[in-house]
Amino acid sequence: MSGLRILVPVKRVIDYAVKPRVNKAQTAVETNGVKHSMNPFDELSIEEAVRMRERKLPVEDILVFSAGPAKAQDILRTAMAMGADRGIHVVVEPGKDPQGGEKGDLEPLGVAKLLQKVVQEEKRNMVILGKQSIDDDAMQTGQMLAGLLNWPQACSASKVEVDGENVTVTREVDGGVETLRAKLPIIITTDLRLHEPRYASLPNIMKAKKKPLVKKTMEDYGVDSARRLRTVKVQEPAPRQGGGKVEDVDGMIAKLKDLGAL
Amino acid sequence: MFSAARHTALRQARTCLRTSGPPAITSQYATAYRLLSTLAVLEQRESKLNMSSLAAVTAGMKLGGSVTGFVAGSNIKAVAEEAAKVEGLEKVIYVENGAYDKGLPENYAPLLVENIKKGGFTHVFAGHSAFGKNLMPRVAAMLDTQQISDITGIESEDTFVRPIYAGNAILTVQIADPIKIITVRGTAFASGEAQGGSASVEEGVDPKVECPTEWVSEDLAKSDRPDLATASKVVSGGRGLKSKEEFDRLMPPLADALGAAIGASRAAVDSGFADNSLQVGQTGKNVAPQLYLCAGISGAIQHLAGMKDSKVIACINKDGDAPIFQVADVGLVGDLFERVPELTEKLKAQ
Repeated sequence: MSGLRILVPVKRVIDYAVKPRVNKAQTAVETNGVKHSMNPFDELSIEEAVRMRERKLPVEDILVFSAGPAKAQDILRTAMAMGADRGIHVVVEPGKDPQGGEKGDLEPLGVAKLLQKVVQEEKRNMVILGKQSIDDDAMQTGQMLAGLLNWPQACSASKVEVDGENVTVTREVDGGVETLRAKLPIIITTDLRLHEPRYASLPNIMKAKKKPLVKKTMEDYGVDSARRLRTVKVQEPAPRQGGGKVEDVDGMIAKLKDLGAL
Repeated sequence: MFSAARHTALRQARTCLRTSGPPAITSQYATAYRLLSTLAVLEQRESKLNMSSLAAVTAGMKLGGSVTGFVAGSNIKAVAEEAAKVEGLEKVIYVENGAYDKGLPENYAPLLVENIKKGGFTHVFAGHSAFGKNLMPRVAAMLDTQQISDITGIESEDTFVRPIYAGNAILTVQIADPIKIITVRGTAFASGEAQGGSASVEEGVDPKVECPTEWVSEDLAKSDRPDLATASKVVSGGRGLKSKEEFDRLMPPLADALGAAIGASRAAVDSGFADNSLQVGQTGKNVAPQLYLCAGISGAIQHLAGMKDSKVIACINKDGDAPIFQVADVGLVGDLFERVPELTEKLKAQ
């Protein structure tokens, strides 16, 4: 039985609790001076990988990967403090597209192509991703990677069981759950229900500082990651006017009738 | 609304002249561009057409050009005939093969890719449902195109509108890729009844790709209530309900009195008050009913992401400063354990 060589891609995003503001030029969401943290779904991916090792599955190593600005390193260190063994950081500064194209972050297709290279170079047989990043809300990267590699995919996983080469995944679907079974190698994306991610303890944070973290560039991978989409504009959503309060249940029913909702 | 298609030729000429722009569109696609044609991927379950997947047809109609429906599975001819009655569809392509019944992307994606290439489609729309979310990015990667997810608006044949950051910002994007793979938010492209149309029905190509994934089982919540994603009224409960017993005691009677679907906040789902599939929000369902009536929900941004496009929002909460009051059209400050039963009784008496 072959060991699990797990890849966990993580993304640095604006913290989930921060209310995003659109910049004045209406070109993007303001990120300067805003608290960032690891995408919540990616925390679950690491948690799942670490628990696989704790469940005595033959986990050979857990590699975390991020493509992003210098500060994405903090996210990788957090992941290593949670239990990942080593990290790769592809430095992509916002506004500096190596291909000379338009400014902006990598798109899911570009990230998937990058991950395809990483999987091949690092001989991975399992990739655990978050089902979506909470900034772009695209929900694409895992499925795209599975398509590029022609591997089985199990998205929005709420339970993962590994038995030798067989992986059984329960996934969240509209109206309930469904269970799938496939053989390694496999792409899994995590849903919120999968786990409660652990906090990194101080000793583990200190230990994580000594774990290997390799810096790479887009050129190292030679992937065409030019943006395919051009941002026309970013706007605030139309504000909703709170209609004020009513005194009692009768008032509520009367107002709902006025508004034509009953 | 249909003017988008008319300007296509002109825009195409302009795109070709632009030299510094994104990857140049080669002339072989120019013809396809002029003949704007949409494939709407329709869902079926046990040989019944999933009506909410018709949002893909509505989106195709808004775009202009021809719209072709696509269905695959066992006993699919009947589903294709049913889809042929959908207004706006010119043609329905069907592929009869039980291997596609569960919509597994490992063999469904190659199937779609073959049919997209054969039909020369410029746009492929599917609902942003569990099925569409799972399948379409795989299709997009196989076609080397950047998918656009969960659109809420169409500006032109290459420009689309979608929410980002849990609906806290609205992004308008333009795409130059020759084949546009797009998932649509069902509540933004409401579909009509499946009648009045008379599409032709045609068999598609079946690459019969071996599927490495085995479908084992499913466990779907059974309910006689309207489907949450498409219901015209939704009542929703949160952490304020305190327990599953209280949730089950208070919410179903209120839902019944209104003929509404039941939803829940993430707090309620995580605490085990309600099933996962009922979660409304960024990571759950997006709903936009005529009436969204919630009790014991504070209104965190992740929850608002899933319901703030509702026509009328009403809330009952004992904390008058809760963020939910900032979006609610009708807000009642009070103890939900008293107000919800009172509301239920008075609605029943109407």
